[in-house]
Amino acid sequence: MAKTKKTETETPTGPVRRSGLFEYAPAPESPAAAGEIATSYGHFIGGEFVDSSGSEALKTVNPATEQVLAEFAQGTGEDVDRAVRAARKAFADWSALPGSERAKYLFRIARIVQERSRELAVLESIDNGKPIRETRDVDLPLVAAHFFYYAGWADKLDFAGYGPNPRPLGVAAQVIPWNFPLLMLAWKVAPALATGNTVVLKPAETTPLTALRFAEICRQAGLPKGVVNIVTGDGRTGAALTAHPDVDKVAFTGSTPVGRAIAKQVAGTRKKLSLELGGKAANIVFDDAPLDQAVEGIVNGIFFNQGHVCCAGSRLLVQESVQDELLDALKRRMGTLRVGDPLDKNTDVGAINSAEQLARITELAAAGEQEGAERWAPECELPGAGYWFRPTLFTGVSQAHRIAREEIFGPVLSVLTFRTPAEAVEKANNTPYGLSAGIWTEKGSRILWMANRLRAGVVWANTFNKFDPTSPFGGYKESGYGREGGRHGLEAYLDV
Amino acid sequence: MSTLAANAPGAAGGGLSDVAASEATLRRFLHGLPGVDQVGLESRAATLGTRSIKTTAKAFAIDLAISMIDLTTLEGADTVGKVRSLCAKGLNPDPSDRSTPQVAAVCVYPDMVATAKEALRGSGVQVASVATAFPSGRAGLPVKLADTAEAVAAGADEIDMVIDRGAFLSGRYLEVFETIRAVKAACERPDGTSAHLKVIFETGELQTYDNVRRASWLAMIAGADFIKTSTGKVAVNATPPVTLLMLEAVRDFRAATGVQIGVKPAGGIRTTKDAMKYLVMVNETLGDDWLSPHWFRFGASSLLNDLLMQRQKLSTGRYSGPDYVTVD
Repeated sequence: MAKTKKTETETPTGPVRRSGLFEYAPAPESPAAAGEIATSYGHFIGGEFVDSSGSEALKTVNPATEQVLAEFAQGTGEDVDRAVRAARKAFADWSALPGSERAKYLFRIARIVQERSRELAVLESIDNGKPIRETRDVDLPLVAAHFFYYAGWADKLDFAGYGPNPRPLGVAAQVIPWNFPLLMLAWKVAPALATGNTVVLKPAETTPLTALRFAEICRQAGLPKGVVNIVTGDGRTGAALTAHPDVDKVAFTGSTPVGRAIAKQVAGTRKKLSLELGGKAANIVFDDAPLDQAVEGIVNGIFFNQGHVCCAGSRLLVQESVQDELLDALKRRMGTLRVGDPLDKNTDVGAINSAEQLARITELAAAGEQEGAERWAPECELPGAGYWFRPTLFTGVSQAHRIAREEIFGPVLSVLTFRTPAEAVEKANNTPYGLSAGIWTEKGSRILWMANRLRAGVVWANTFNKFDPTSPFGGYKESGYGREGGRHGLEAYLDV
Repeated sequence: MSTLAANAPGAAGGGLSDVAASEATLRRFLHGLPGVDQVGLESRAATLGTRSIKTTAKAFAIDLAISMIDLTTLEGADTVGKVRSLCAKGLNPDPSDRSTPQVAAVCVYPDMVATAKEALRGSGVQVASVATAFPSGRAGLPVKLADTAEAVAAGADEIDMVIDRGAFLSGRYLEVFETIRAVKAACERPDGTSAHLKVIFETGELQTYDNVRRASWLAMIAGADFIKTSTGKVAVNATPPVTLLMLEAVRDFRAATGVQIGVKPAGGIRTTKDAMKYLVMVNETLGDDWLSPHWFRFGASSLLNDLLMQRQKLSTGRYSGPDYVTVD
């Protein structure tokens, strides 16, 4: 790490809508809790913070203020090669350690994550734009849980169902997205390390800070040098990493076009590949659903994390007989969403991660209107600076509309209707994606009937966007292949 | 409830009294209400519980909470002296700060109503009386009605009745409905006015959230002015999820009938932090229309002193302590 200097972080201006008797006063989490943010960062290779071999630097901004938080290195091919060599060097000793010894490091990392969870939550919120309530109550607890969970597997791999003494693959190249920066890191790093691999990880170019902070945690945990290496940069760095000839495993979470490019790139090599890509999940509400909870599930399905969720319930399929009632309730509920300063503890919907993503959401929402869908959003005042998008609902959407087919990756919900369970299945499956789906009904037999027919990696019943390290996660069709989480998640990092 | 909205608003029961034409119609109606998903309801209540209420918002909420308290003593050991002392506390909760609002009501057993009425005369603080063989409700209808009539005659402004949980749990909904109707009638005074009727479900005994939703609708159709969670006399009293569910019920009932009903969680709410969570639920589920003592109450005894200590802390910047609030 290069020079450190404290960076002041501003509060976004012009907080939020709200009229009424009981106004919540601002309850901001202190930006200083994020700890020191350096003015510039290099890579983390072989246990050391090192400068890049190149001179190009990128900037990461706070999407709620557009203020630059830090500069970081654009990783070169040479940087990538250095990191892969460090990982290769570390692999022999790391993979030879008894599982119980590897587990000790992972347990240690999990505990440090818990101890430093406030710092990491605030830093994540500043760099990503997601509300502190989510980083504090969802991201960080899940990050620690993943490390704890896979720590538990490290000495029990014989019993994972892959035969006796399953072997690691070697060096894993891991490229992660910006929507859950630290959580995606945990999903990738924890199973890789538990199974005896070493890793080179590239965080997203809009959210590198928590990964670089995680590098400090690796040092604090005494993790042997080179077991975890972090190289920052944009897609060029990612491409150099996944193309590196001495990589044994490629794991990617991100968009389907990039996933497809990686699949082409590694085709014909010995590299094992897992891809977790886009989604256009159907959240299916039957007329016998627990309506108030279904409304919460719809809101959580699409407005959680500003809709920057690959498994977001972005298509609401509602049974026609309950459509009016449900949409009235949904609109009423959307009117209470608090949009604004991500560091305010009462914020429900934070900032869009980048100007680029905001432009894409804006463009797709405009296409929705042009194609004839009816747009609705609650009244809410958005802050002046930063990237923001109102929670938005489209009704009168048909299967042919772009907003029903393309992944928006923002707080935009498309509402479609159905008449019968068979029609619901048909419409839900009528997408190139297949990552997740939700079913809302009080009838247990219908849940099972639907779940058997939905082509989606995760099917939630009477809930949505619930994650647990013990549960495998992954997609069908263009949503990718391979599973992360659970016993299944070990397979991606074992030579089996 | 769009199907219900067709019914004409107004009148007790909000024009829904047809559903109580027979045991069968009432049962069909109550069992036709949307189900409640336990996990989802509890998770929503927990999320609302994470709201951070600070500075001006906290000051507002503390005063609002004080003004919503039904300051309660319901002990076998209650005496005239104890009730007078509680009334004095209700009128002037913090002797060191006269800007502190009064409580909404003082809640006592029927035989203490006259005492409380006299102590509170002209103050605007209401006298609430439990009735109908509180807390178990295990008595015949004539006894329940006599209990109610006595309290009303003694000057009670509000009657907190209990439903017969045994009848409810064994599916005798019409019996519960008719009892509420009869007690409502017994709340009438000779001058044609009527004491406000709060109907207590004892949600800790009804156990399931589906039962709580059904009981809420049953009581609202029967003419309750308020629906109330608990007596405070059983192991499980008011909880945030149960209260949230009842808030949703009064919201839906008003949407269907135009009639607004109040909600009173009671029992187990002891701290300012708890009270804040309940007010947040009211604010985000029902909004301004229910944020007043006319429509939301806390049934509590020890809550008041915690609110007063927090109030003192906000105004002086220092924590006081239990010796700086009165024990009554």
